[in-house]
Amino acid sequence: MQKSLILAVGLVAAPASAATITITVPRVNVAEYHNPYVAVWVEPVGGGAARTLAVWYDVDLRGAEPGTKWLADLRTWWRKGGRNLTLPADGVSSMTRAPGAHRITIPSSLRAGSYTLFVEAAREGGGREIVSMPLTIPAATGRAAGRTELGAITLSAR
Amino acid sequence: MKIRSLALAACAAIALAAPAHAHDQWLKPSVTVLSDTSQSVTVDAGSSTIPFQANHAPMGVDNMQVIRPDGTAGAIENTARGRYRTTFDVKIDMPGTWRIGTASSNIGGSFKVDGADWRIGRRRGPPPGAAGAAAGATPPPAPTNMVATADEIPAGATDIALTESHSRNEFFVTAGNPTEQVYTPTGTGLEFVPQGSPTDLVMGDPAQFQFLVDGQPAANVAVKLIADNVRYHSETHNMDLTTDAGGMITVDWPVAGFYWLSAEVEDENPSDARATKRRMTYIATLEVVAP
Repeated sequence: MQKSLILAVGLVAAPASAATITITVPRVNVAEYHNPYVAVWVEPVGGGAARTLAVWYDVDLRGAEPGTKWLADLRTWWRKGGRNLTLPADGVSSMTRAPGAHRITIPSSLRAGSYTLFVEAAREGGGREIVSMPLTIPAATGRAAGRTELGAITLSAR
Repeated sequence: MKIRSLALAACAAIALAAPAHAHDQWLKPSVTVLSDTSQSVTVDAGSSTIPFQANHAPMGVDNMQVIRPDGTAGAIENTARGRYRTTFDVKIDMPGTWRIGTASSNIGGSFKVDGADWRIGRRRGPPPGAAGAAAGATPPPAPTNMVATADEIPAGATDIALTESHSRNEFFVTAGNPTEQVYTPTGTGLEFVPQGSPTDLVMGDPAQFQFLVDGQPAANVAVKLIADNVRYHSETHNMDLTTDAGGMITVDWPVAGFYWLSAEVEDENPSDARATKRRMTYIATLEVVAP
């Protein structure tokens, strides 16, 4: 969680038709700031397995205390499916993001239906927050916002 | 603890005074959920009137058992005994759910030799009939009518009243995905069977636990739960629950944090033929997170 690599991975061009989730990592005024770990997943409304869409963590940190050590701090995501993943996972895991808006493409393989979208953030030396909102596939639209560790979260159909 | 209570009981019997407060043993792990198998859990183990408050005595950890997810035995390391609590580490080097704690069994009680009362306990005088066995003949002055184990009860003893005691005190740690093998019931004694992972407890998400005695659901068992951090709350978050016909309790956690769960069952089905009663106590430390 210590490195703050600024990557524009979330802005990689997606197919024009793909729905996206824009997640704002808020700027927090603290002397020692570390980018938060963030997990994004969906759960079918009728019940069923969670599917992780993205997890931002310190992928490159290795050694005795690798970046994966703190993944369990995203404790709801960890319990609901994070611990089932083998990381790094293609198209899912990537580096932590600096404050700002970051876009995730909703994979086209996500079947039509009603889901709940969860975004959980945990920051070293900071707090933890989880925000959830309804997500309907197709035609995903909507907006939610966190209060402390997450800013605006918007769904866009394209 | 048990031996100590017996000794206390013996003192009480002689002094006709009840022991003041029960000192409960507790284990407090640093963490119960780990994301990989390169970490250790470090544990405080103490004995005090309020669980998790290190203010009375360190707990002995000589018979600490580490059961790895596949049922093999692990080990504790870096044991250090402080004034109020013992600490030790366990390397969590295998994915799955671990079970770490103490398990002990013993037989205590009383009997008579030539009309004189004798007890089984830690403080050990000469065996009955040996030179100097008469009460008051051996320092320390009381109680001298003690043998260490039931094996030392002489052939001529009468009024033998023995209780077989079994106790467990444990917690669970999970690395990666939880597994169930370590708490699969064995069908012997009092057993605690979490319905779902005991390391996935969340405030606002009621958890169920089943108690079995010799493999059968144990109904009407009083189960006490004491929440940690009493110093930081005006009200306590303790719960007194009773198992239903299926041996089940449902716990709706009022706050996040560690909980000390205890249950005790007494019956008349000891495994040792010399005993008439069986007392089984179970203690678990459970961690509950905020949602």
